[in-house]
Amino acid sequence: MATLPIAQERLAAEFGPHKNYAPREGFPGRDEPDDVVKTHCCFCGMQCGIQLLVKDNRVVGFEPWEEFPFNEGRLCPKGVQRYLQNNHPDRLLAPLERVEGVGFRPIDWDRAMERTVSEIQRIQEKYGRDAFAMLSGVSLTNEKSYLVGKFARIALKTRNLDYNGRLCMVSAGAGNKKAFGIDRTSNNFSDLKHAEVVMICGTNVSETFPTLTHWIWQARDNGAKLIVVDPRTTPIARLADLHLPVRPGRDSALYGAILHQLIKHDWLDHEFIANHTSGFEETAAVVKDYDLEWAENVTGIAKDKIMLAAEWWGKAATSFLLHARGIEHHSKGVENVIACINLVLATGRIGRPYCGYGTITGQGNGQGGREHGHKCDQLPGNRDIENPEHRQYIASVWGIEEKDLPHKGLTAYEIIQAIHRGEIKGLITICFNPLVSLPNNTYVREALEKLEYYVAIDFFLNETAQHANLVLASSLHEEEDGTVTTAEGRVVRIRRAVKPPGNARTDTEIILEIARRLGAGKYFSFENSEAIFNELRVASKGGTADYYGITYEKIEKNMGVFWPCPTLDHPGTPRLWEDKKFKTPDGKAHFNPVPHRDPMEITDAEYPVILTTGRVVSQYLSGTQTRRIGKLVDQYPEPLLEIHPTLAAKYGITDRQIVAVISRRARAEFPAQIVETIREDTVFVPYHWAGKQSINQLTSGHLDPISKIPEFKVSAVRLEPTNRRAPLPPLEPNQSSGGSPAHPAPQLPPTHAFRG
Amino acid sequence: MNTTQFNQNEEFFIDPQRCIGCHACEMACAECETNGQTPMIHVDYVDRATTVQTSTQVCMHCEDPTCAKVCPADAITKDEFGVVHSANTARCIACANCVMACPFGVPKKNQETQLMMKCNLCYDRTSAGKRPMCATVCPTGALWYGTREKMRQLRPNSDPVNNFQFGMQMVKTKVNFMMPKGATILVVD
Repeated sequence: MATLPIAQERLAAEFGPHKNYAPREGFPGRDEPDDVVKTHCCFCGMQCGIQLLVKDNRVVGFEPWEEFPFNEGRLCPKGVQRYLQNNHPDRLLAPLERVEGVGFRPIDWDRAMERTVSEIQRIQEKYGRDAFAMLSGVSLTNEKSYLVGKFARIALKTRNLDYNGRLCMVSAGAGNKKAFGIDRTSNNFSDLKHAEVVMICGTNVSETFPTLTHWIWQARDNGAKLIVVDPRTTPIARLADLHLPVRPGRDSALYGAILHQLIKHDWLDHEFIANHTSGFEETAAVVKDYDLEWAENVTGIAKDKIMLAAEWWGKAATSFLLHARGIEHHSKGVENVIACINLVLATGRIGRPYCGYGTITGQGNGQGGREHGHKCDQLPGNRDIENPEHRQYIASVWGIEEKDLPHKGLTAYEIIQAIHRGEIKGLITICFNPLVSLPNNTYVREALEKLEYYVAIDFFLNETAQHANLVLASSLHEEEDGTVTTAEGRVVRIRRAVKPPGNARTDTEIILEIARRLGAGKYFSFENSEAIFNELRVASKGGTADYYGITYEKIEKNMGVFWPCPTLDHPGTPRLWEDKKFKTPDGKAHFNPVPHRDPMEITDAEYPVILTTGRVVSQYLSGTQTRRIGKLVDQYPEPLLEIHPTLAAKYGITDRQIVAVISRRARAEFPAQIVETIREDTVFVPYHWAGKQSINQLTSGHLDPISKIPEFKVSAVRLEPTNRRAPLPPLEPNQSSGGSPAHPAPQLPPTHAFRG
Repeated sequence: MNTTQFNQNEEFFIDPQRCIGCHACEMACAECETNGQTPMIHVDYVDRATTVQTSTQVCMHCEDPTCAKVCPADAITKDEFGVVHSANTARCIACANCVMACPFGVPKKNQETQLMMKCNLCYDRTSAGKRPMCATVCPTGALWYGTREKMRQLRPNSDPVNNFQFGMQMVKTKVNFMMPKGATILVVD
């Protein structure tokens, strides 16, 4: 039973999240570092270059890395503060074992490994191999993602491996494979620079990918028109030339209506459609009735705005369409993606300079981590685990019999459902905090509590790991060498800056040791991360995501290489489809018809308000890292309920009043933030928090039938104001106290004196 | 001190229409050891109830700095490059005259140390040929440091403005605001 050993409050007191701040005078040694390490941020898919300052095996600060071509030194607040997760007081320094009524106590590695392996073997002997599952994450490097895929299949011998990309880019991946036969953004971001129209669909770029904003502003400097589709006036939407505030869950109606107008006004590239695509006629037939009247009614967007968007898109010579979770986190996420791609194909604006399309990958290695066997249905090189040829090739690379390679397993949320049903009894997790990030938290917690044995590999004791029987203290991003693939498809080098502290071990060491003890040592004899990458290169060779021609040396020399890169003398591929040879079986790009349908949960008399969720600029995903960094927490300390004044007035809600939000799953309370920057029929709560502050208590487990992504972006709720109010946040804390509340009054350093 | 690397051709530009209110500038500024984890640049919502618009304020480094004029202790000085420095800690008497007089509202009085603190254009960086930290990390180019020629070339739809009118007071600054093409003065009534 993977229940909490003691009350959650006691665990939080011991293991955090506690807020970490830099000392006033900075960490010792920052001015004379032992090393300045060029690496990348550990957070989002932009993978901004950054230099870490290292002193005595501590990361003591950062310096912008101005030569790295994507961000040229630019960073968001998370990037500026990322170094504070190093040497954090909450850091796990040794393996921990759950002790009922006591909490967690440190044990030695030998015993921890022995326990891990004996429990895996016990559960698999008793219930079958697939009764032990693995959940992983794509903050891991390419090397570790590949290693986890191989480990699960030939050491753990389970088919049930999946990853947190299932909550992220899978709808985009599935849509892109249908349309193009490949799952990668089609262009690098420099193609934004001279695009005449930039359309941003369901992506809060300014808060979730702040450094991408620069590229969009560059386009505008050069005369681009910016269209933003979002139910909220996000910072990027405020500055857009045209903001389309779509009703959550009605995205495909908008894109269908725009396609209708493109056809009606003949804003089409007939040559491209005829020679390089298939499926146009069927797709056009579906949108035949999607006129402006209908679209306004369904999407809630004024028809003249829809028309203007269609006209700008239709008449442009160059364009770039970007989307992200806003259209992908739906029970029809794949359909929304396809509906966007249809607009790109109809106008033939792809595979040329400043003609771009792509999803903005969310997680640090959301791109590379979804290519090399991390997913339940996938083998390295983005191969299909059910394709006999693909299976045979990977089996030969790994030196096993094809019959010993497990087949397709369950997706992430389905693994939780199978645990809940009692079919999966054991679990190992790495780099995933599903108790915060999956929908319907209560259900997820019930599932975790049913596990017979749960091993968590992590560097902090996140809320999910608190349910573990055993916690293996692992490594941060800056503690291992490797590569990641950015949202642009650029493979970059992550450099080890420091060693794991205390008795913590690297993720790689931990996985290799478990593999050895499970008797699979001969398949896991890697000397270092580069050796793993070199095997990945071979395993990816010939696949759509072909890394064979990429080496550590080549990455370092070129500050990154874009895949596909099939041979050592190949320069990489920043822009796909210049040859118009698509990777679909017929070599053409595919239109796919998208009949509009409603989201799974629609509002009614009992649940009359739409709830949508998302992120804030100072936090990242489930907050395991960012809820531990003081200034990031202080910037936005708690989840707020964004609500329009008209809707608030209907319920008599005033600013900072605590409001109960109730869905079919749960009830949770949040302080109201009354703002005109959201649709009147929609409320928004960001999802980075745990327990009673988690909005994912309320979200549903409705999944997209193809991608199996949960519908985070649309739930039906009702609002019940309480008679309590949240206190006002402190005014300018940095001015009144001279710094963070966690630190005593400062001694101003002597260097402050006038130095002119 | 070696100040030979201060490049007088490079200037600071604030482009408010690019600001996304992320606070990266504040956090990076606070990292400087002279600031003791307190930012010298300030990002605030204009009126969050109606908009997500934010306003960024950095010291404008006035040609004829009001803060220095009203300082009874002569603690604030402008150097040969036009950088108006934070108060000399040996002289500052924490009277807050500068706090009240600055038309841009830049200087802050640190209550615990009883000293005025403000932006000194990252003198440690700019005098070593680097860009100020805030303008280096700003993810959107809302804060930018470089030559005027380059700025005009990069942003052809805007003009840098460094003349401000506050009621009867005219202020000329070293730091520029990017304004719509053709603007020459920003009038704050």
